[in-house]
Amino acid sequence: MAHDTTHSNGSATRRIWIVFAILSVVTIVEVILGIIKPVFLTDTFLLGMRLLNWIFIILTIYKAYYIAWAFMHLEHETKGLRRAIVWTAIFLISYLIFILLTEGGYIYDVYKNGHTAWDF
Amino acid sequence: MEATVVRTGTEGKTWGGGNEPLKASYGKMMMWFFILSDALTFSGFLAAYGFSRFKFIDSWPIADEVFNHFPFLHGVDAPMYYVALMTFILIFSSVTMVLAVDAGHHMKKGKVTIYMFLTIIGGAIFVGSQAWEWKNFISGEYGAVTTNGGNILQFVDSDGERVALSDIAVPIAGDRVEHESNTGIWFDAGEDLPTYSLDEIKAGFIQNEGLLIRTQKLTEDGKKTILSREESLMKLNNDANGTVEGANLTHNEYGAPLFADFFFFITGFHGFHVLSGVIINIIIFFNVIIGTYDRRGSYEMVEKVGLYWHFVDLVWVFVFTFFYLV
Repeated sequence: MAHDTTHSNGSATRRIWIVFAILSVVTIVEVILGIIKPVFLTDTFLLGMRLLNWIFIILTIYKAYYIAWAFMHLEHETKGLRRAIVWTAIFLISYLIFILLTEGGYIYDVYKNGHTAWDF
Repeated sequence: MEATVVRTGTEGKTWGGGNEPLKASYGKMMMWFFILSDALTFSGFLAAYGFSRFKFIDSWPIADEVFNHFPFLHGVDAPMYYVALMTFILIFSSVTMVLAVDAGHHMKKGKVTIYMFLTIIGGAIFVGSQAWEWKNFISGEYGAVTTNGGNILQFVDSDGERVALSDIAVPIAGDRVEHESNTGIWFDAGEDLPTYSLDEIKAGFIQNEGLLIRTQKLTEDGKKTILSREESLMKLNNDANGTVEGANLTHNEYGAPLFADFFFFITGFHGFHVLSGVIINIIIFFNVIIGTYDRRGSYEMVEKVGLYWHFVDLVWVFVFTFFYLV
């Protein structure tokens, strides 16, 4: 509520529509990429994942940034509150993803190379 | 929010309450911490999805083939168009929500009312769309044959186009009939009969020389493996043990049952959030109409439900990526 006096109605509304435009364009790009699946993006691997998937994830985080900063007004909150929310989430989620994906990859190897047949 | 603050008589003292160390009111900060914890719940689900997917990295269903329906375009292969539309609807309802919050800052009751109403409509359309997605997923499209190893065998013609069970099956008379309560005195429970028995599928498959079997295994370029005619016949005779149409929590015609489990659980949990968001929005909408916040002198309550609503949108952005795109 600290910002309602510092912004006139016009500029705040303009910002909302600009962010909406950005989110829409990014979504359209994602869908187009997802439908045509360019070969050079699906055949290039980066850190064990197809480049196309990296692009999807980066675009998603880009969208998430705009939703959190513009729509959820994080850009107008104090640094302390913003960091408490964002860094907690980023730290815990990256940790969880790292652990679970590593473990999932390991189990895949066990299924594949182990002496027990799983498909009989 | 002044109306709900309890006066303790110790205002102004550091520990006397009413402090706003992060310049956010108590309610707003708690909404943020709730959102943070809810975000961790959703990341738990999505990370578990990633775990299962990595576990079956070479046999996971291809989303484009699963979610390819669009209303009124029957039989047309429309991968992702509908879910992209749903995403737009949800993002747009987020926009109307933030416009309502903005109008609230300027104490414009009429505008808040209109924008809240549009937000509710958007949310309702989204939940309805999700129900439609579920319906398509549950009823399935082509059907498949299950194997002893718990895998799925799908059918394609020589061009690689999918063929439905209904186009393969040759009716065989004298097959088992469904046991129903009106035919037995001691009826307790009867197993549902599949639309097509395995024998009918086998007979049809042998008759039609052009048919091939497609397994769950993904090739190097991310397509499903198609077996030769001889391999197909051998696979069908040795491994097949039943037929499946559509998907539920234990059977899934699209591939790994885990895919269906996560689909139901994650989109269901998200859909429940949208539903509760719509209900909360409706409550706030009526509060706006009867002038509660006008009298209170602050529309912060709209801002707080707005935070929740944007969060639902935020989660959907991730679900969209990990379920439909990646």
